[in-house]
Amino acid sequence: MRPQARKPFDRSGIPDDLCPIATEHAVLWTGDWRAERPVVDRDKCTRCATCWLYCPTQCVVERAAWFEADLKICKGCGVCARECPHHAITMVPEQEE
Amino acid sequence: MPKTIVCDGNEAAAWGVARSRPDMVAVYPITPQSSLAEYVSQFVADGVIDADLMDVEGEHSVLSVLQGACLAGARTFTASCGQGLAFMFEPYFRTPPLRLPIVMSLVTRDGITPQCVWGGQQDAMTVRETGWIHMYCESAQEVLDTVIMAYRIAEDRGVMLPVNVNHDGNYLSYGVERVEVPDQDEVDRFLGEKNTNWHAALDPERPMGVDPLTGGATGEGPGLFVKYRKGLCRGMENAKQVIADVHREWGERFGRSYAPLVERYRMEDAETAVVTIGSMTGAGKDAVDRARASGDKVGLVKVKTFRPFPLEAFQEALTGVGALGVVDRSVSFGWGTGPVFQELLSGLYLAGRVIPAVSFIGGLAGADITVEDFGRVIETTGRAQRGESVPRTVWLNEDAGEGGPS
Repeated sequence: MRPQARKPFDRSGIPDDLCPIATEHAVLWTGDWRAERPVVDRDKCTRCATCWLYCPTQCVVERAAWFEADLKICKGCGVCARECPHHAITMVPEQEE
Repeated sequence: MPKTIVCDGNEAAAWGVARSRPDMVAVYPITPQSSLAEYVSQFVADGVIDADLMDVEGEHSVLSVLQGACLAGARTFTASCGQGLAFMFEPYFRTPPLRLPIVMSLVTRDGITPQCVWGGQQDAMTVRETGWIHMYCESAQEVLDTVIMAYRIAEDRGVMLPVNVNHDGNYLSYGVERVEVPDQDEVDRFLGEKNTNWHAALDPERPMGVDPLTGGATGEGPGLFVKYRKGLCRGMENAKQVIADVHREWGERFGRSYAPLVERYRMEDAETAVVTIGSMTGAGKDAVDRARASGDKVGLVKVKTFRPFPLEAFQEALTGVGALGVVDRSVSFGWGTGPVFQELLSGLYLAGRVIPAVSFIGGLAGADITVEDFGRVIETTGRAQRGESVPRTVWLNEDAGEGGPS
């Protein structure tokens, strides 16, 4: 996974009421919707990026030795847990801290 | 030298497209638009238009393809009507808030059901609340000229909205006239650089998320949604001045002037006004001339632009008028009147004016609105002005006699 090399689009010349475009990761904190959160077993994660590829909110971030969801954005859909070929992701109910 | 040809409204629209140098055209045929799609396709095949022509499987794809092309920087064109427009509705409603300056001819057609392939404005009127600019033409020449002007209006940075250039099915689509096709160089100078995706782009050089999830009940969502809705209203409001400026410049450069928002005909001292839209206007003007010749102080106001609604222009045009007869070629179901009638009364209310007004609905499904019909409009409106009881809505072709449209 190469880091994004290009500079993000400069939207300073665009009126902010013109049209829904995003130059940030998300304009809504969809993490507020979550009932279950994905917990990554770092020993099982091989950094294959399957979760990164499937995540519908594109919230999976790359760490030094594993991948995990940005919980501000992750809406808890569980697609990553279902698709992970190494069964490294478990969905945990939010109320069980 | 501009060349003079004899052609119908559909071919005139295709010439307007050719002179506007689109990069991509996508079409799916539907009566009475089909020959327009064929002319444009032929122009692409013959090299008159240097554009990619997309033959897609239906109108939903037509507009979806053009949205992608527009976001990639292309100038685009399509045409549709009736059931085709209905099938296009999902991407159609998305185009204005994405602020994509796509130009589309609507060769207006009455609505199925009852089964009908003939002209009427029910299709265009039904989608009047979607954020597209709507302009209605009266002649084939105006169709050609307005298609070109539409790109200037749509791509204006203060507007950035798609434009429907509407012409009446059958009456304008197939009616043949003398038409002047302007020089390419002149049109190039008039249109200038194309300007489609400076604000939202599919471009790896400047990555952005186009149309991210926006709204909901919490956080920034509700406010953001309102901001974009108000922004679209601002674009519509700006369009009134831009439409006026572009029409004025067109008149100066090409010698043909059209009223940009509403046209006034013999309104100087008029006590009664007939309001028309589209190709019916010629018969309306003839009827006004006849009534004037017999001493009636009647004038006519024609709608060119219906979205944005030309509120101020209407209020100004109707100052001093004591009664209104509004002729619609479509129906506002649930009101039981014509839509132009209904909206015009709202505009007069905002100006603090309550005057007798009658809604006339005519020309549905290809029916003709004759000079005699307009005579009846003038006579009935005059009776309303004198305080006599007249129906809220008069259906002009109700007793049209034998035979249907052919």
